Amino acid sequence: MENKTISVTVNGGSKASEVEPRRLLVHWIREALGLTGTHVGCDTSSCGACTVLLDGTPVKSCTMFAVQADGREVTTVEGLQQGGKLHPVQEGFKEEHGLQCGFCTPGMMLLGAALLEENPDPSEEDVRWAISGNLCRCTGYQNIVKSVQWAARKAASEQSGVNA
Amino acid sequence: MAVEEKEMPWVGRSVKRKEDDRFVRGGGNYLDDIRLANMLHMAILRSPFAHARIESIDTSAAEAVEGVVAVVTGELLAEHKLAWMPTLSGDTQAVLATDKVRFQGQEVACVVATDPYVAHDALELIDVEYEPLPVVVDPKKAVEDGAPIIRDDKEDQKDNRIYHWEAGDKESTDRAFSEADVVVELDTHYPRSHPAPLECCGCIADVNPATSKTMIYMTSQAPHAIRTVFALVTGLPEQNIQIISPDIGGGFGNKVPVYPGYVVATAASLLIGQPVKWIEDRTGNLASTGFARDFHMHGELALKQDGTMLGLRVGMLSDQGYAYADAQPSKFKAGLFHVVTGSYDMPAAHVVTDGAYTNKAPGGVAYRCSFRITEASFLIERLVQNAAYELGMEPVELRRRNFVRPEQFPYTSVTGFVYDSGEYAKALDVALEKSGYEQLRAEQERLRAEGRLLGIGVASFTEAVGAGPSRDYDILGIKMFDSAELRIHPTGKAILKLGVKSQGQGHETTFAQIVAGELGIPPEDVTVQEGDTDNTPYGLGTYASRSTPTGGAATAVVARKLRDKAKQIAAHTLEVSADDLEWEGDRFYVKGAPEQAATIQDIAFAAYTNHPQGMEAGLEGVTYYDPPNLTYPFGTYVVAVEVDAQTGEWKVRKVVAVDDCGVRINPMIVEGQIMGGLTEGFAMSAMQQITFDEDGNCMGSNFIDYLLPTAWETPTFELHATVTPSPHHPIGAKGVGESATVGSPAAFANAVVDALAHLGVRNIDMPLTSGKVWEAMQQARSS
Repeated sequence: MENKTISVTVNGGSKASEVEPRRLLVHWIREALGLTGTHVGCDTSSCGACTVLLDGTPVKSCTMFAVQADGREVTTVEGLQQGGKLHPVQEGFKEEHGLQCGFCTPGMMLLGAALLEENPDPSEEDVRWAISGNLCRCTGYQNIVKSVQWAARKAASEQSGVNA
Repeated sequence: MAVEEKEMPWVGRSVKRKEDDRFVRGGGNYLDDIRLANMLHMAILRSPFAHARIESIDTSAAEAVEGVVAVVTGELLAEHKLAWMPTLSGDTQAVLATDKVRFQGQEVACVVATDPYVAHDALELIDVEYEPLPVVVDPKKAVEDGAPIIRDDKEDQKDNRIYHWEAGDKESTDRAFSEADVVVELDTHYPRSHPAPLECCGCIADVNPATSKTMIYMTSQAPHAIRTVFALVTGLPEQNIQIISPDIGGGFGNKVPVYPGYVVATAASLLIGQPVKWIEDRTGNLASTGFARDFHMHGELALKQDGTMLGLRVGMLSDQGYAYADAQPSKFKAGLFHVVTGSYDMPAAHVVTDGAYTNKAPGGVAYRCSFRITEASFLIERLVQNAAYELGMEPVELRRRNFVRPEQFPYTSVTGFVYDSGEYAKALDVALEKSGYEQLRAEQERLRAEGRLLGIGVASFTEAVGAGPSRDYDILGIKMFDSAELRIHPTGKAILKLGVKSQGQGHETTFAQIVAGELGIPPEDVTVQEGDTDNTPYGLGTYASRSTPTGGAATAVVARKLRDKAKQIAAHTLEVSADDLEWEGDRFYVKGAPEQAATIQDIAFAAYTNHPQGMEAGLEGVTYYDPPNLTYPFGTYVVAVEVDAQTGEWKVRKVVAVDDCGVRINPMIVEGQIMGGLTEGFAMSAMQQITFDEDGNCMGSNFIDYLLPTAWETPTFELHATVTPSPHHPIGAKGVGESATVGSPAAFANAVVDALAHLGVRNIDMPLTSGKVWEAMQQARSS
């Protein structure tokens, strides 16, 4: 099959390249763009280490072909921080010891960030449900939950700070 | 709050992790993130059969694919004497199969190509003709006369037995049993599991054709030991081999052994003259690399009517797969399984262990435990609960009656361990109080009257971690000391180089805190470097909860050495006698004149600019620490579950964990380790298992079939601590990374069995799936 040219907005910048139609989105992100924060942990879309946001919605980028992202917006872990300032979720993971080996962390943080967009004050159950499509082998999840809730509080206090 | 935190000593403070900054930015540097110029990609063809003779391998179609650089077979490796390699337990394992395949998933051939997709395409075109052979999947059948001999490649191997090893004393144990009022027995299988770190294994081998320098980036928990093994296997000069373990995405024992992919990639790079990257896929990881557990255990506990334990008899058959590929201290064939007397003052014990070959993947790694202690802890804690039922005693009172008492430490167990310190009843009491144990028992009674099934399970575990004293512990003859090199630079900043290697345990923070505690250099000024064999001192790596007991101890010792030297330098710069100096926090001051002081930063500068004549310049040192003993962390876990009387499904109500790992260097990190371990204990009790059908097909070779817990199933944990320092560790710490994996499976299983105990149920093998629980209930009700 012939290569296709795709154009994807990645972390706010336009990225165009020629790609084999069978190339998975995760491999395009990692190899063509050199954004290695998106990881591969399984071959069956089970672990979610490859999670990115596609037009703001979490997807497992090993489940999509790169060509399917043509014309759309992708956010990877490298795009979470804005202007050198960490996203509250990134801070939360540091504050609440939400990571150990760090391999699942980008996917977990992106799930957390997407959750907070929809639900700025999630309960423990809300967070557990939101991250239940991804696997972590180190933390036991409890501190990941706390990290996301820490971020929710941080975002809320920043918000009220802005309003005040 | 902030002020209090600031005034706390560095050891004992929940310092935020230094390593997190890069990880939360997606800036970790894992194996697959590394790309070298002209790098090629390797993929492995695996056997579809569990046991078969290889009739022929035709690689011509694969070689013809555009982008394929080489196809490597066992035959090619054999020409270089690389078709077989040693395992870390002194057995042999095929790198690529030559004569036969002996498990499903065995490495048969490798394709090296310019692109990983092309390498995988070409795998499909390799034509292998197999003649299937009879398959042995049951270790009990494997050791029967007439079973097909799996390792017929080994001249002296006339059956499928690997080892027979005993601990304790048969005679005194037989005597104890003859005097017993009550004997309880338990047959249980600790199922085959897989550590399944989220990052699979992999390497990049880069053999420079001009210099012969061999750099291998490798997902290894033990890079120094692997370098030595590589030198021995390949004949390459060891000083030309550099192994670098970059950031590792979890290990849990899975990344200790040497795997065929590492060897083939290195051979391929040597032959081709370009770097070769091998990244394992998940099926390869689950189907071929170090599995864990798979112990078939029989235990008998002899007691007096009043609950006094008299003796323990244990028989164990280990299913090792086709190679004995644990990473076991050579003296102990079944690892430290003989610590099976647990937390109890057991007057007699006899432990008989056997290992068997089967047509399964090689391994038997200690998955998040110190050499098979998880299996031992599970067996004794399950036996104790059943003994309590038999005697009509409260299970925690039976434990308490038999605990090794505080005044008995150091306590020599009948199987040869010398427990360093412990206050078992204290940890138990905290656990009972925090879990509301008595109220749970009362509630259990009430709910039973309504037909509801509440179960309460307890485990009071003791581990033996931190291998180890060189008199007893080695891997392939290499003694299990560990090392630390500390260099304090002129500006008072430091680099600490260690022989251990973090896979997420937080070494960059914890070990910097030890330096801070000893020398007052803040953790942010101490860079911790690990995993690069050219740039760190020799050590045996990170597994078996050994890093803090060995590498952590080495860190404290080397820091103290430098402090001694610093004192001499301070005496010189302050123009006083060293005897007149006192150390406090980060400085030496003159006794009686605290304003006359030299901080460690002042001293470091002087060490390079104004050191005393006759003294070597600099403030650097290295220590190889040989621990005098293991450390013995312990604790009590209480788990409450509710079992659905109709379906057998069970839900965790409560988990209370009391851990005593001695002095906690960073409580936040310690608790993180415990929560992770509890999750894996829950996973093993509830779902994790690798099974095989009768043809030896692996039924758990992906994350759809091999269940791992998500955030949804995983319970919430309540953690508490007691602190009984290790008397021999320089800062009183014990290992902790595995306590919860060791202790908690029995607590979960005990809880589910306890829910059904009044029906007469005494055992359900792990994982305690709802189906098995339902069957146990049906059977109990119909009998």
